[in-house]
Amino acid sequence: MGEDTDATPTLNHRGFLPDHNYVTEADIISTVEFNHTGELLATGDKGGRVVIFQREPESKTEPFSQGEYNVYSTFQSHEPEFDYLKSLEIEEKINKIRWLPQQNAAHFLLSTNDKTIKLWKVSERDKRPEGYNLKDEEGRIKDVSTVTSLQVPVLMPMDLMVEVSPRRVFANAHTYHVNSISVNSDYETYMSADDLRINLWHLDITDRSFNIVDIKPANMEDLTEVITAAEFHPHHCNLFVYSSSKGTLRLCDMREAALCDKHSKLFEEPEDPSARSFFSEIISSVSDVKFSHSGRYLLTRDYLTAKVWDLNMESKPLETYQVHDYLRSKLCSLYENDCIFDKFECAWNGSDSVIMTGAYNNFFRMFDRNTKRDVTLEASRESSKPRAVLKPRRVCAAGGKRRKDDISVDSLDFTKKILHTAWHPNENIIAIAATNNLYIFQDKLNSEMH
Amino acid sequence: MEVNAEARRILAVSISKLYASRTQRGGLRLHRSLLLSLVMRSARDIYHSSRESEGPTPEEPMETSSGAEDEQQQAGLPEPQPALVSSEKLPEEPDSAEEECETTEDKENLSPTRQSRKRRGKASAAPDFLPSKRARLEPGEERYAAPLSSCRAGAGDSLTALSLNRGDWIPLRAEELTYIGQSQDKGITGAMVRAVRST
Repeated sequence: MGEDTDATPTLNHRGFLPDHNYVTEADIISTVEFNHTGELLATGDKGGRVVIFQREPESKTEPFSQGEYNVYSTFQSHEPEFDYLKSLEIEEKINKIRWLPQQNAAHFLLSTNDKTIKLWKVSERDKRPEGYNLKDEEGRIKDVSTVTSLQVPVLMPMDLMVEVSPRRVFANAHTYHVNSISVNSDYETYMSADDLRINLWHLDITDRSFNIVDIKPANMEDLTEVITAAEFHPHHCNLFVYSSSKGTLRLCDMREAALCDKHSKLFEEPEDPSARSFFSEIISSVSDVKFSHSGRYLLTRDYLTAKVWDLNMESKPLETYQVHDYLRSKLCSLYENDCIFDKFECAWNGSDSVIMTGAYNNFFRMFDRNTKRDVTLEASRESSKPRAVLKPRRVCAAGGKRRKDDISVDSLDFTKKILHTAWHPNENIIAIAATNNLYIFQDKLNSEMH
Repeated sequence: MEVNAEARRILAVSISKLYASRTQRGGLRLHRSLLLSLVMRSARDIYHSSRESEGPTPEEPMETSSGAEDEQQQAGLPEPQPALVSSEKLPEEPDSAEEECETTEDKENLSPTRQSRKRRGKASAAPDFLPSKRARLEPGEERYAAPLSSCRAGAGDSLTALSLNRGDWIPLRAEELTYIGQSQDKGITGAMVRAVRST
């Protein structure tokens, strides 16, 4: 790909004590999402908080500080709850954030934990009225007898204040854990998906939702697959896709039936019998699915690969990219240390020419679909000094020929995993969540998409 | 046999994971539990198929539910009991993960005259990969095979049993899983997994 990626300084070091390398669990970032213009970047964490970053407008005087993201607002989205009926604690961890397209001066986003989705309004206040007749500057009621003339209150500028308020709470619609939310292109509805069901909501109505997919078997013992991710088509408001733990994708058309249990298209790659192992089912489970911006392709991620599917071809993926195939022989250890259950996300760039996904050791990978070149980069404090260029990394298989700076499979740090990544909708700016740190990288050489 | 040993180890690890997931914050994860049960099923299948290919050790399928006759048969059986595995020695595995499973002593089954009312399936025993911290049995005393009915909770919606059908020898009840270890009798070792109904 040939791009040099610059690093902006690491943001958001909350909870990271350099001496002890101790990370507060509540600070672990659990979701990252740019808004539709890329001006705002939202992150959610395990403690139920949302932090929104805003891109500074470019200034001609300091060309290098343009485009940096600074904290815009922080708020507590979800709190831990307790389901008394089932004696279960409901985690406050934010599973997903999705922005609504902007329709007025305020910004809206949906955030969800395992059970409840909330719509938040983020608005700015930079003026306030001054010159009331009946109140003084501190708000105390004036003695009427002292008022001798009338004045019209005037709006005066004030320090910018960002206000966040919950506008809707969509609760009690999911028995299982919500894994995805997706806003429809009609800007009126959105869907939420849990392990077995997908519900369709209207953004203005919180006491009702429509169930559009239900794969719960009559007898839970017959359960063979669960829903792992779901997304609406970017342009066709009647189409959506959901992925399953069996590695299949189903495209559904809401015009066909009220309950979309029957898919319109089923995308499935036949299993390679020679690659069968104890863990074949686990590694074929799709952890994320994303439509391309064009709506023509689907990007899926399973444990070892990322695949691009053409909506017109159900029999097999168009392209398969090996993210970290060197782990294939280590699946048993990864099963024992639970890493095999990690759910990696994936992302398209704005022009759908490059895909990106995370891996271990704070590595993340980018694949250029056109040139077929790929690169492995590391998100770490050492490599992210301001204006440093990220150096491509290489993992060599055990016993293989080793170059300087290569890292061997056995020295990979599996506690440093990059599960959540996001790509700016128009520019070559990426956001990488590495445990509790957020890294934002920009490709200065190729800042426009091509 | 390599595959055999690996299958047993994977089964042990899976059971301990399933058990540990009960206490996870946020409740049982359906997806994770499903994947665990799939791994256990393939490990079990591979284990059995590799054992069968090793040589005929006929396991008497105990499909019926009358526990009484099972116990009487056990005394007279020259073959290893269906509840027990073949004469492999239990490896001493200092696997700390598995020791998590050893929560309760199997007090209920200490009496040799206990009539199990639970169905026994084929090869009801989990093989001898589980660690050996069990009460020593008196000579002639037997441990009794695990109940193998797939346990289903009453409340439909919460995750309950992901039981492995067709053989049913490791019932998986997501809520409560304890296991009882091997019995050592005449050099035959075995270990069993027992599902306990939550009270």
